[in-house]
Amino acid sequence: MATLFGINLFALSGQLLVGLINGSFYALLSLGLAIIFGLLKIINFAQGAMYMLGAFLAWMALQYFGINYWVALVLVPLAVGGFAILIERFLVRPIAKEDHLYSLLLTFGLALILQGLFTQLYGSSGLAYQIPAELKGGTKLPFMYLPNYRAWIIIASLVVCATTWWVIEKTKLGAYLRAGTENPQLMQGFGINVPLITTLTFGFGVALAGFAGVLAAPVYSVSPEMGSNILIVVFAIVVIGGMGSIGGAILTGLMMGVVEGLTKFFYPEASSTVIFLVMVIVLLLKPAGLFGKEA
Amino acid sequence: MKVNKLYLSLFGLSLVAPLILYPVFLMKVLCFALFACAFNLLLGFVGLLSFGHAIFLGTGGYITGSLMLNTGITPELGILAGTLAAGVLGAVYGKLAVKREGIYFAMVTLALAQLAFFFYLQAPFTGGEDGLQGVPRGKLFGLIDLSDNMVMYYFVLAIFLFGFWLIHRTIHSPFGQILKAIRENEPRAVSLGYNVNDYKWVAFIISSALAGLAGSTKTLVFQLASLTDVHWHMSGEVVLMTLLGGMGTIFGPVVGAGVVVTIQNYLSGGELGNYISIIMGAIFIVCVLAFRSGIVGEFQKMVKKNF
Repeated sequence: MATLFGINLFALSGQLLVGLINGSFYALLSLGLAIIFGLLKIINFAQGAMYMLGAFLAWMALQYFGINYWVALVLVPLAVGGFAILIERFLVRPIAKEDHLYSLLLTFGLALILQGLFTQLYGSSGLAYQIPAELKGGTKLPFMYLPNYRAWIIIASLVVCATTWWVIEKTKLGAYLRAGTENPQLMQGFGINVPLITTLTFGFGVALAGFAGVLAAPVYSVSPEMGSNILIVVFAIVVIGGMGSIGGAILTGLMMGVVEGLTKFFYPEASSTVIFLVMVIVLLLKPAGLFGKEA
Repeated sequence: MKVNKLYLSLFGLSLVAPLILYPVFLMKVLCFALFACAFNLLLGFVGLLSFGHAIFLGTGGYITGSLMLNTGITPELGILAGTLAAGVLGAVYGKLAVKREGIYFAMVTLALAQLAFFFYLQAPFTGGEDGLQGVPRGKLFGLIDLSDNMVMYYFVLAIFLFGFWLIHRTIHSPFGQILKAIRENEPRAVSLGYNVNDYKWVAFIISSALAGLAGSTKTLVFQLASLTDVHWHMSGEVVLMTLLGGMGTIFGPVVGAGVVVTIQNYLSGGELGNYISIIMGAIFIVCVLAFRSGIVGEFQKMVKKNF
C-alpha cells in the first residue's frame, strides 16, 4: 500500500475523487445560479428541486419509456429547461420588478411543491438508477482505482462548465447577454429582444441543474430530498465565491468539493460543516466573496 | 382609543379561549405566533429576510430542554437560559450576516443555520435523531405546578404577551423609527449618519432572543425538543406564517401562525398529511403573486378603502 508520511494515499486519493465529483455537481449548480442571478437578479431557490427533477425524469424515462441514459442526458435538460421557461414566463416575470425577496420566496414555494409531489409519488426512500453499460468498470491507476462513470462525471461537467464560461465571456451572444443585464433599455433600443434572452437564459441556467441531476442519478440514489440538501451547500458556495463572476462560481464549486473531500479524510466529523466554516471565514475577511466585486 | 379597544378585546378573548378550544393547540399557536412576531421584527420592520431563524427557536428549545432534564432548575430559569443562549448565538450570527445585504443576507443566515444544524445533529446533549424526550415542565418559581394544561396555558400566554409587548415597544421607539428608515431607504439612513449595521445587528439580537424564548416555551409545552425545530424547513414555515398573515403588520404574524398551525393540525391527522408541503408551497406562490400584503394587510387596505 502506498503511504507518504504515514498517510494512506489510496484512501486519500479516494476521498479526493469523491470531493471532485461532489465539486462537479456544486460547480454545475452554482454556475446555473450565477447565470440566473447575473441576468435576472433572482436567487432560484428551486434550483435544487430542478436537479432532483432531472434525476427523477431520467429514472422515469428509463422505467416507463425505456429511454436510455445517453438520450436522457440530452432530453432531460431540455425538458427541465422548458419547464423553467414556463415558470419564468408565467410566475417569475409578473413579479420581476418587485423586491427580489419575493422571487426567492416564489421559487422556494415551487421547490416545496416539487419535493412534496415526488415524495407523494415515490416515497422518500430513494430509487436506484443503473450505470450505463458503456461506462461500467474502471481503470486501475498506481495509487487508486478509478471507476469509469466517476471519471465521466468530472469530464462531462468540466466540459459543460467551460463551454458555458466561454460562450458568456468570449462570444458575441455572451456580450449581448452581459449588456442586457447592464442596461436592458439600451439593448432594447438596439433591437435586441431582451425579454426573450432573459427567458432563454433562465431556462438554460435551470437546464444545467437538470443536466447535473441526470449525471447524479447513477451515483446517488434518486430521492426527493437530494435537491434540498445540496442546495444549501451550493448557497454557501455562492457566498464564498461571490456572485460577481461566472468563472468564480465554477472554480469555487470544484474547490469546495475538494476541501470537503480532504476534510472527510483528515477529520470526518467536520466534513458536513467545513464548507459553512469556510463561508464564515471568507465573510470575516472578504464579505464580497473570493471572486466577487465590492458593491 | 380604537386601537386600545381592539387590544383589550383580544386580550379578553385569549383569557377565555382555553375554555372553548384545546389548550395544547392554543399554546402551540401562541409559541409559533411569538416566533413569527420575532421573525417579522426583522423582515417586516428592517427588511431583512433571515432564512435560518429556526436555529434560534431550536437553540432555545435544546438549552431549556437539556437543563430541565439534567438539572433541577425551575422552568422560568430554564426558559431564561434558553432565551439567553439564542440571543448569544444571534449576536454572533447577526454580526456576520449584516455584512451582506438583500438576497445574500438570506443565504448567509440559511448557511449559518445549517452549520448549527449539523452541530446539534452530532452533539451529545441533543439526543441526535431522537431529540430530547420527556422534558419535565417543573414548578414555576418552585411553587406552581405546570403539569396542568390550563395552568401552563396562562403561563404561555403571559410569555407571549411579554414578547408581543416588547416587539410593540421596539417598533414604536425611536430605535424602531430608525429601523423603518433603514428598510425604506438604506443609503439615506447611512447619509444621515446612522451606523446602519449596528442597528440591524441589535434588531437581529432582539429577534433571535425572542425566537429562542418561543422555542424554550414550546419545549416545555410539548416536553420535547427535536431536530424538526432546527431544520431549515421550519425557517421556511415561519416565513410562510409571516407572509400569509401580513409582513410588517403587528398582528399579521399572529394570524399567519394561527392559520398555518390550524392547517397542519387539521391535515396531519388525515390522509392528506403527505400533501402538507405541496399545500404550503402553493400558499407561498399564491401569496407572492396575488396576496402580497397578507391577510391582515389586505384587511387593513379594505377597511381604509370602504370606511
